[in-house]
Amino acid sequence: MTQTTVQSLSRRQLIRRRFFRNRSALFGLICLLFVTGLALLGPYLTPWSWNLSDENGLDFNAFAESPYGAGLTAPSFDDKHYFGTSQVGADVFAQTIRGLQKSLLIGLLVAVFSTGIAATIGATAGYLLGKTDRLLMWVVDLLLVLPSFLILAILSRWYQSSGWLLLVFLLAAFNWMITARIVRSVSMSLRERDFIRAARYMGVPTHKIIARHMMPNMASLLIIDGTLNVGGAILSETGLSYLGFGVKAPDVSLGSLIAEGTASALTFPWLFMFSGGLLVITVLAISLVGDGLRDAFDPGSKSKKMS
Amino acid sequence: MSLLGWAGAQNEWQKGGVLAGFVVKRFVNFLLLVVIATTVGYLLAATALNPRENYLGRNPPIPENTINSILTQVNMNDQDPILERYSDWISGVVRGDLGKTIFNESVNLEFKNRIWISFRLLILGSVLGAILGVLIGVISAVKQYKFFDRSFGYASYVILSTPVFLVAILLKFFGVYINEKIGFTLFYTVGLNTPELTGFALFVNSLQHLILPTLALTLGGIAFYSRWQRNSMLDVLGSDHLRTARAKGLTKKEALFKHGLRVAILPMATFFAYSFGLLIAGAAFTESIFGWYGMGEWFIRSVNSNDINSVSAIVLFTAVLVLFAGFLADVLSAALDPRVRLR
Repeated sequence: MTQTTVQSLSRRQLIRRRFFRNRSALFGLICLLFVTGLALLGPYLTPWSWNLSDENGLDFNAFAESPYGAGLTAPSFDDKHYFGTSQVGADVFAQTIRGLQKSLLIGLLVAVFSTGIAATIGATAGYLLGKTDRLLMWVVDLLLVLPSFLILAILSRWYQSSGWLLLVFLLAAFNWMITARIVRSVSMSLRERDFIRAARYMGVPTHKIIARHMMPNMASLLIIDGTLNVGGAILSETGLSYLGFGVKAPDVSLGSLIAEGTASALTFPWLFMFSGGLLVITVLAISLVGDGLRDAFDPGSKSKKMS
Repeated sequence: MSLLGWAGAQNEWQKGGVLAGFVVKRFVNFLLLVVIATTVGYLLAATALNPRENYLGRNPPIPENTINSILTQVNMNDQDPILERYSDWISGVVRGDLGKTIFNESVNLEFKNRIWISFRLLILGSVLGAILGVLIGVISAVKQYKFFDRSFGYASYVILSTPVFLVAILLKFFGVYINEKIGFTLFYTVGLNTPELTGFALFVNSLQHLILPTLALTLGGIAFYSRWQRNSMLDVLGSDHLRTARAKGLTKKEALFKHGLRVAILPMATFFAYSFGLLIAGAAFTESIFGWYGMGEWFIRSVNSNDINSVSAIVLFTAVLVLFAGFLADVLSAALDPRVRLR
């Protein structure tokens, strides 16, 4: 900021300026925009479909042209197989884009739900304290010690038969606890602030105090944690899908694509390196943006910061 | 901070008794949580998994009565009330009998065969990850913003964004590539050891098999611990008591290791407990990628074969491990840190 301009910046402008000045956050944002753009526009870039039962899902010419046997061809622009084709002659680009969409969508929804649960439960516990607090925190502790990955894998039968939305809810159900703890500790200090007290003494009902007065004051925390949760959720989902406990064939996710590709990845690297690379870039970009947001919202904070 | 430390020293004499009470209290809590986690695990497994489907759709079809008797024999018949099956199972567990697998073999036997395979990986992975991570974190903090700090900072960002299975796969490729380059097998990528070896040769061979899986599990841990240790160390570096230590004549190194590290390492005890759950999930990937027949690989196999009793045994194992790590972390940080309130 130059000294000559007297004009003061609003909080929003300040945050924006701090964020864009942070080079790694900016890099993360660009990567994230690229990945999202690819997920949204990808289907329009290729004539092939991810769905094997579609008319243009399989390229039978690939079998004739393949130098490697079966339907395998290396990435090329001739037949518009930018990422090559798989053993069955499916276009890897179309499948990767579909997997990316799925993983991003699941990650985003899980983060929204889990941050929502965390905010509600954490704020309720921190505001009411007493018995409610002890009960809720006991639930948090219990869920933290349950081996969530194993439980999700066991329950895979349910969500694999009834659609991926249930997977989203289950992932969210095991993902909110740590954020809830942070929200609770913030709420405990917020409830003693004058404006909250004033509202309480004026007889404003509890749910209104939490929704109207506490939540807006935790917005930055929720935005940051929500962002970082997207990365964690994507990692959990791809992990489950890798083992066959997540998104189920014929649908694909980055995890299931990597699992399919690894068997022969040493000789045919294009089967797996694009999905693997995009997965790492996505999660990396999300954590860079999340940490950048934290620095921008709260430059002094050191808590829970990774670098 | 320093004042509190002094007050803690004053209380040292009464700490022994209080600590014992604290340990007992935590232990009761620990047992309760293990029971709940196991119960939840069993009930979910018994409702979500369907062993009957293993026997359906065969040609020639197996008569219903036969299926029922097979399933009843292993206590997995979905026509029996679930609570009855649960009470059968849990009363066995209390007596040390984990029941039968779906193939009517002893779960205990399988458990015994596999547990050490996993332990080798888990203990090495967690301890190495924690030690190396703490070390790198401390050096990063001391050399803040220098080349060492920056390069490890970026590296750990990338590793933390890479799922364990991808790390494991890449390491496997790396091993194969190196083997090809140097012309002999330095890293084995499948199994525990080559059969028909004894003595020293077996030991060396096992090590060659062990390196890559351990590395796959350790890298994440190193990245995780080094970031937290760095932050915690940076907080301590700016604190009063470290300045006092320097002022009373300690060299920078002495002050750092005797006074700095001792405080900065405390939060890691808690992380160690939390990360154990993640580590076990990581071990499942590592084992299945490197062809180790450990607990993780068993879990994946059991879920796929609807083996309720095996799945529950593994959930029990995991819950005990995670909670034991948490219990240990609580007791350790209470014993080390005078500021922790025991009541």
